[in-house]
Amino acid sequence: MSVDPRTLATAAVLPDGEPSFQLRGSAFTMMVLKINEARAGALVTELQDKVRQAPNFFRNAPIVVDLDGLSDDMRRIDLSGLVARLRSLQLIVVGVQGGSRNQQTAAIAAGLPVVPSGRPARLEPVAPTVTGVAAEALSAGTVAEPTTARQPTMIVNEPVRSGRQIYAQNCDLIVTAMVSAGAELLADGNIHVYGALRGRALAGLGGDKGARIFCLSMEAEMLSVAGLYLVSEDIDPAVHRKPAQVHLKDGYLRLDAI
Amino acid sequence: MGKIIVMTSGKGGVGKTTSSAAFATGFALRGYKTVVIDFDVGLRNLDLVMGCERRVVFDFINIINGEARLNQALIKDKRVDNLYILPTSQTRDKDALTKEGVEKVLEELRQEFDYVICDSPAGIERGALMALYFADEAIIVTNPEVSSVRDSDRILGMLAARSRRAELNEEPVKEHLLLTRYDPARVERGEMLNVTDVLEILAIPLLGVIPESQAVLRASNIGMPVTLDDKSTAGQAYRDAIARFLGEQIEHRFVKPERRGFFNRLLRRTA
Repeated sequence: MSVDPRTLATAAVLPDGEPSFQLRGSAFTMMVLKINEARAGALVTELQDKVRQAPNFFRNAPIVVDLDGLSDDMRRIDLSGLVARLRSLQLIVVGVQGGSRNQQTAAIAAGLPVVPSGRPARLEPVAPTVTGVAAEALSAGTVAEPTTARQPTMIVNEPVRSGRQIYAQNCDLIVTAMVSAGAELLADGNIHVYGALRGRALAGLGGDKGARIFCLSMEAEMLSVAGLYLVSEDIDPAVHRKPAQVHLKDGYLRLDAI
Repeated sequence: MGKIIVMTSGKGGVGKTTSSAAFATGFALRGYKTVVIDFDVGLRNLDLVMGCERRVVFDFINIINGEARLNQALIKDKRVDNLYILPTSQTRDKDALTKEGVEKVLEELRQEFDYVICDSPAGIERGALMALYFADEAIIVTNPEVSSVRDSDRILGMLAARSRRAELNEEPVKEHLLLTRYDPARVERGEMLNVTDVLEILAIPLLGVIPESQAVLRASNIGMPVTLDDKSTAGQAYRDAIARFLGEQIEHRFVKPERRGFFNRLLRRTA
């Protein structure tokens, strides 16, 4: 599941100007466990087999339990028991999603937060021209070793039209065509647009302050690096429709002509 | 095997039905056997624009549900040979459009017709998706204003991602831009986007520019496809666009404001 990354960064500022902490929204990819209640008896053994196939991938992996579709009778679902059994498989339950109010109350009582339902990873690659493995890493069937290292760059060779959202997870994103108003590019790394950038671009989503955004014609609706934002109103008219780059310098977002 | 063409836009009121009727008539006038289908279930309009509303017995949804045969529902145009209309239901809604049902009807029609034109409803929901899903080519109807262009961009994205050709990883749906209700005088005054602006944003080939014209309203009110009105600028522009669709090289007209001389003003009736 993923958390909406467009949470504004906040910081508490002490009188001397130095913040004691920083709070910031961030996007995570986690596995969601959906239980087939009719076959719940076989859950632990079957899950054990799955874990054995890729022990490194599953070791201490965070898990969100999907309560949707489970019976509302909480006497039949022993959440704490489930958490303990998953823990014995080295899976750590960090929250629940979905379910009835009843079930959610029980989850909170058991110390599990209710997280907003995420968008499940696609089981198939999105579009043939979108290359890069990041988006598929968690899809069923492909079991990849988890790694925080950079993944191969995601390259999109077609126009990104209004309403489309592309997320390059743990990698750079290159678009060799235009990005329309109302489209959204997200990347943990850098974003390059070899065309007009008219939509939104959010680089360094995972907090990488060194990430940058480059484009051939700057007409963006919104730009963000590592949680800091510029909206089109703030964009210097001098770079409008010109090649430009966005980067963080001394804690400020800078927009420069190239 | 005939070609399936969707006439779509995202936004409503830009001229999809007028253009569907005009293109269908234009293809038929050139001798291609053509059928035009109304996908706007619940807001039946195409039959009015085609002037056949009093001859509707069975409709598209009846065929999908197997309540009638295709030949019972197809209405033959009285003015133009080779032209048929498949009206839709006024009493049902878009949920009546099942993917299997639509596929069955379109496959049957493409065996018999050269061109199958799908007149899409506005929006990006089920009706519009079903109209574009099976398309081989798409004509994107756009007005020279920002919101219409934005919605067209959204529909282009859906064609690239959610059509059958996209899902099966086949050659993409061929896209054409039809700029309608273009008023060169207002464009010159800066009140509307110009052709270049729109092409820059949408970045697809321009099929034609249809000038704003009283003839369009008049034609749809009397149920006559505007292609048949060859005195009007809109009718001529549609004929040009159809010729370009068929591969002819024709220069774009009606893009610049008309400079009417004194005699012209005396001699010409209004476009």
